[in-house]
Amino acid sequence: MISTLAEFVDELRAVGIPVSMVEAIDAAEAIEYTDLGERENLRATLGATLVKNPRHYPAFDRAFDVYFGLEPIGDVTSSSHGTLQPADGSGAGAGGSDGLLDSLVEVLMGGSGDQLRRLVANAVDRYAGMQPGRPVGGRYYAYRVLRRIDTEELMARLIAALIGDGPVDGLDARIEHERAEELVQQVRDQLEQEITGRLIADRSRKQVASNRRLPLVEDVDLMHATRTEIEDVERAIRPLARKLATRLGQRRRHGAKGRLDVRRTIRRSLGHGGVLLEPQFKRPRKSKPEIVILCDVSGSMATFARFTMQLTYAISAELAKVRVFAFIDGLDEVTDYFSTNIDFGQGLITMSRDADIVRRDGHSDYGRSFTEMWDRYSDAVTSRSTVIITGDARNNYRDAGLEAFERIVNRSKATFWLNPEPRRFWDTGDSVMSTYSESCDSVDQVRTLRQLEAFVERATLPVMRRRRLVS
Amino acid sequence: MPVNWNTPGDVRSSLEGAGYLADDRIAQVVFLAAKLDKPILAEGPAGVGKTALALALAEATNRRLVRLQCYEGLDEAKALYEWDYHKQLLRLQSDEGAQWDDLEGDIFSEPFLLERPLLTAIRSEEPVVLLIDEADRVEVETEALLLEILDAFQVTIPELGTITAVTQPIVVLTSNNTRELSEALKRRCLYLHIPYPTIERERAILRARVPDLPEQFAEKIARTVASIRQIPMRKAPSVSETIDWARTLLALGADDLSDEITASTLNVLLKYQTDIERTAKELSLDIDGGAESE
Repeated sequence: MISTLAEFVDELRAVGIPVSMVEAIDAAEAIEYTDLGERENLRATLGATLVKNPRHYPAFDRAFDVYFGLEPIGDVTSSSHGTLQPADGSGAGAGGSDGLLDSLVEVLMGGSGDQLRRLVANAVDRYAGMQPGRPVGGRYYAYRVLRRIDTEELMARLIAALIGDGPVDGLDARIEHERAEELVQQVRDQLEQEITGRLIADRSRKQVASNRRLPLVEDVDLMHATRTEIEDVERAIRPLARKLATRLGQRRRHGAKGRLDVRRTIRRSLGHGGVLLEPQFKRPRKSKPEIVILCDVSGSMATFARFTMQLTYAISAELAKVRVFAFIDGLDEVTDYFSTNIDFGQGLITMSRDADIVRRDGHSDYGRSFTEMWDRYSDAVTSRSTVIITGDARNNYRDAGLEAFERIVNRSKATFWLNPEPRRFWDTGDSVMSTYSESCDSVDQVRTLRQLEAFVERATLPVMRRRRLVS
Repeated sequence: MPVNWNTPGDVRSSLEGAGYLADDRIAQVVFLAAKLDKPILAEGPAGVGKTALALALAEATNRRLVRLQCYEGLDEAKALYEWDYHKQLLRLQSDEGAQWDDLEGDIFSEPFLLERPLLTAIRSEEPVVLLIDEADRVEVETEALLLEILDAFQVTIPELGTITAVTQPIVVLTSNNTRELSEALKRRCLYLHIPYPTIERERAILRARVPDLPEQFAEKIARTVASIRQIPMRKAPSVSETIDWARTLLALGADDLSDEITASTLNVLLKYQTDIERTAKELSLDIDGGAESE
């Protein structure tokens, strides 16, 4: 058990979950108080001792299933005749002809978990076409089986069975749809479990675990995220936005001390027999930050812009003074589309419909956008504002508009630039990152939540604004 | 008075006796905490019963509950101990002619010490349940204060020396995850993530808290709420809001969830107008017809 545990901890670390030495020892100790007859007890024990962030649980569960999952019913070789079957059943109603679909519906509607396991194992035997030592991942085998089962058909049959003569829309129907989805998911999970189990018998746990690894939310590449990944990321944004909001508000007004704190002064005086030697002052109040966000929403930035807007939306729930501007080759204020009493998705739709941000061809023009910003909205930037710009600085070989940009930077308290492109691509092609980066307080590559978090940790406002000459 | 739990099942049934329905995970983690003498860090969305767990633990183990409510700006003087300087001043003034040496030892002694929750928990003769509520609210600096306590259940007071706990308290920290707690703090705790309950558990909670609710209806309500929680919104309904909703529905004499009654009572479940509109749209409900002005 201890060696499996050590290997499991290694796997968690490889995924990126921080597990300290102490926590690993805690886990080993906790296992002694765990009834191992029930797998879920072990899951609870290891989860509580090793994983301390809710965002990490999906990846933990995935690894747990590989290391401590149920033994599979069959093995890799029991699918030897799998290659014969597809040719045999390739006619019409492939899933139905062998009765698999019928039995699945029957078992899901009223059978036991054990029956489902056997049925799924049987399907794997017949359709997965697993071969020992074949260097393909579990996903390929699962795909083959799912294609034969035909999940859409299964879903339709389940809904029909669940709803019966009931209404086809409204609340009831929605609930039954969700129940059907749950059941189909059960089949998927069971299938993964069976295939993973067989693969483990064929290869090593370690290898299967690393094949099946689930990236952590904070490591998802925001430029190429899938829909579900985006949803996970968006859920994780709110605490980060709150953190950024407090960090930007943290710097106290320097020079000014607060009012006399009578209570603490008297308390301190007791050390000197009641003589008021050291006056104590109340802490000065934290300054209220003002944030101005400029966001490139052009085509190349689409996925990322959605993420920035979500961040913006979350920040404006924390701070009163946030103004947001979107630009492509023109710039427009979009603050009102994302105010707190408006639904985020709705805001996005309104923005793409109403915001006046395309002047010519719809390719980014940073120069023009910064110039418009200065000409039309220069009042938005004050010496209390923090300006955050998100964009890849790909200017399509147009004028950089450096003069307007530096005016904005000079008036602001601080200017941060977040660029989603990998650092090595900056200044290649039409990217003019370094033209702007000299004036900024910092320029960071932000492509994952982890990088955003690092930026938030570092983002401190300069003590004194350095005045720069406009060239 | 040690806790006499031999299995997680014991934990479960004694919590149930205190009116808290724990699932297997919660029971297992609480059991481990008691066996390993480690604090529990319970994290999850608002209103899933994190604080209730601590209250139930106190009742189930027949211990006193010591509660430290955290907030921004909480400091040592409010969390741990403070010298009662008013009393100290009076003592000094009432005894003007006295020798300083006599006085000094006197004013920094027990009678002048104001116990705050953390010190109370540590010095208690009887074992207690210590609840540190909403630990994510305090600043990072104050968090460090908790470390010594969670580590060895002891505190150091310069004038009195180190005070070590006589009895082992059960410690529960809760957090709404508004900010990430420090690694150091997390490392010392058993982590218990409490998400929204499963449909089965929420149904059981409904049955326990609203006994008049028929089984079928409870199931339907639990399923509907679970479905609504899938919709992205500002504030998803908490368990207590589900209970409120069930009570409202009963009070209105409903025995099933029709679209009409759902539409007209959504405002019990959801607290933001945008969320209500969004949900109505998703569930294709007509809230304009049924909306009641309050």
